[in-house]
Amino acid sequence: MSVREAPGAPLLPAWGIVGTRTVATILLAIFASLVGAYPVTLGEAARIFTGWLAGRPDGSTAETVLLEVRLPRIAAALLVGAALAGSGAVYQGLFRNPLVSPDILGVSTGAGLGAVLGIFLSLPIILIQGFAFIGGLATVAVVYAIAAAVRGREPVLVLVLAGVVVGALAGSMISLLKVLADPYDQLPAITFWLLGSLSSIRPADVWSVLPAILAGLVPLVLLRWRINVLSLGDDEARTLGVEAGKLRIIVIGATTLMTASVVAISGVIGWVGLVMPHIARMLVGPNFDRLLPASMLLGAGYLLGVDTLARTMSQVETPLGILTAFVGAPFFLWLLARGRHGWE
Amino acid sequence: MHLETRNLAIGYPEHRVAKDINLTARTGEVLCLLGPNGSGKTTLFRTLLGLLKPLGGSITCDGAELTALPRQEIARRIAYVPQAHNAAFPFTVKDIVLMGRTAHRGAFAAPSPGDHDAAMEALASLGMDGLENREYTRISGGQRQLVLIARALAQAAPLIVMDEPTASLDFGNQIKVLSRVRALADQGPGVVLSTHDPDHAFAVGDRVVFLDQGGIVAEGAPRDVLTPERLMAAYGIDVDIVELAGGQTVCAPAYRNT
Repeated sequence: MSVREAPGAPLLPAWGIVGTRTVATILLAIFASLVGAYPVTLGEAARIFTGWLAGRPDGSTAETVLLEVRLPRIAAALLVGAALAGSGAVYQGLFRNPLVSPDILGVSTGAGLGAVLGIFLSLPIILIQGFAFIGGLATVAVVYAIAAAVRGREPVLVLVLAGVVVGALAGSMISLLKVLADPYDQLPAITFWLLGSLSSIRPADVWSVLPAILAGLVPLVLLRWRINVLSLGDDEARTLGVEAGKLRIIVIGATTLMTASVVAISGVIGWVGLVMPHIARMLVGPNFDRLLPASMLLGAGYLLGVDTLARTMSQVETPLGILTAFVGAPFFLWLLARGRHGWE
Repeated sequence: MHLETRNLAIGYPEHRVAKDINLTARTGEVLCLLGPNGSGKTTLFRTLLGLLKPLGGSITCDGAELTALPRQEIARRIAYVPQAHNAAFPFTVKDIVLMGRTAHRGAFAAPSPGDHDAAMEALASLGMDGLENREYTRISGGQRQLVLIARALAQAAPLIVMDEPTASLDFGNQIKVLSRVRALADQGPGVVLSTHDPDHAFAVGDRVVFLDQGGIVAEGAPRDVLTPERLMAAYGIDVDIVELAGGQTVCAPAYRNT
C-alpha cells in the first residue's frame, strides 16, 4: 500500500506497476512461445517471425507449431485472463464485495450448461461454443429478470440470491446431462470442458471472441469513473447524480458479454476473476482508472503462466481450472491471513 | 435557492410515516430537524433527495418540481452528506471528494484538472488539506465526516442535506464538525441537518422543525420550538432550558428513575 501513499506523486508509482507488468507479460509471452513439446530456440523464433512479417513463410514444422498452435493459444490465454480478471474487478465494485467473482450471476454455469448440451447433442465445435455463449448470456438475463421482478427489497442482494439459485438450477441440469451422456465418448469431453482448457484453440477462435470482448470492454472503460461512484452503494451514487439502476444494467451486460465470450472458447476457469482483481487492488488501489488495466494485465499474465505450466509440466495436459484453483486458492488464503488489505 | 415542500406525505406505499409537511429551506440558513426515533427524519431526507417517491404533495426547487428532474439535475441542486461510513474499498480521500464532481461531468468523463482543483479547495476549506492521499478507510470518524462534507462542497449544490452528521462522533469531533457546518452556511449554501441533540440546534440552527406523531408539530426559532413542554411530550423526560452567561442556550435534562 505504501507505493501510492508517497506524497506528491501518487499516480506515477501506480503506472510504474502497470508498466513493469506489461513488460513482464510480454517477456512471459515470448518465453511461452518457445517452450513445449516441440521446443523452439529464440533465434529460430525470431527468424520465423521476420519471415512471416515479410510474407515469406518457410513451411517448417517449427513455423507451424509457432504460428498455428502456440501463438493463438498464447493470445487466447492473454484474452481469457484479461477478460475474466477485468470482469471480476468490475463485479467486485458493483457488488461492493471483494469476494465476488464474475460467476456470481451464473454466467459460467450457464455457459457450462450450454456447452454440455452442445456436447450431449454431438454438435460441431462451433455450435458448442455458440451454445456456451448464449447459455451464459441467457442465464444472467434470467437472473436479472427475476431480480427486477422482486421489488421493494435491496436490489443487489436479490440479484446475488437469484444468481445463486439459478446457478444451482443450471448446475443440476449439467449433472443430469452428465448422467445421461455417453460415458465413453461424451462424458470425457464434458468433464474436460467444465474444467477449462485452451488446448484446442484455433486462430479462428481468437478472432471470433475478440469483437465480443472489445464490445464489452469499451463501455466499461468509458464508464470507469461512474463505476467508482456506484461502488459507494445505490443511494449515495444517486445523490451524486448517477442513475444507479441503469448503470448497473449496462455494466452487467458488458461484463457478461466479455465473460460469456471467453468462457465459450476456454471452458470454465475459476479463481482468475476472484484473485487477480484483489492483487491488483493491493498494488494500485480501488480507483477503476487504474484497477481495470492493472487487473486485466495481471489476469492475462497469470493465465498465460498457468496455461504454459499446464501444457509443459507433464505429458498429459492438466485442465486449467484445476491449476488456477491449485495456485489461486492457497494464495487467496495467504492473502486473507495477511490481513484485510484492499478492502475494509 | 429555495426548497419548498407543500402538504408533503412521506413513507412507503404500505406505510405512511408522516403527512402535511410544509417546510422551506434557503441558502445561507441552517435548518435543524429534530424528532424522536421513527418520527420520519430519514424518510423525509430520502424523499427530499429524490430517493423515495412522495406519497402526496409536492417538492419544488426554485419553482421546479423536484420529482420531475433527472438525477444529475437533482444532484446539482441538493448535495447529501451521509453519516460517516466505511466505504467498501480504500479509495483515497481525494477520490472520495472528487466523486462529488460527478454530477457536473458527462457519463463517460473522468474528473478534469478543474475538478481536482475544486476537490482540493473543498478539502482546504475544512482544514483537511494534507490528507488527500490518505485512504478514506484509515482516517478517524470525525475526519471521514469532514471528507463527506468536503465532497458535498465539491458538488457545489446550493443546498446540503446532512443526516445526523454528529452521530458516532466523539464529543470533540461533534463540536468541530458543527462549527464547520455553521461557518459553511454563513458563506452561502443552505444546510438541512437532522440531530438528536437539542443543544446542537441551539448552537447552530437558524430554524428548527420538530417532527413527531406523523407530522411537523412545531417550526420556528430554536427557543420557540424546543420548549420543556414539547421535549416532555416527545421524549417523556423533564428538561430545563438554560441560557448561560455567555449567551449560549443549553438543554439540561433531569436524571431520575421513572
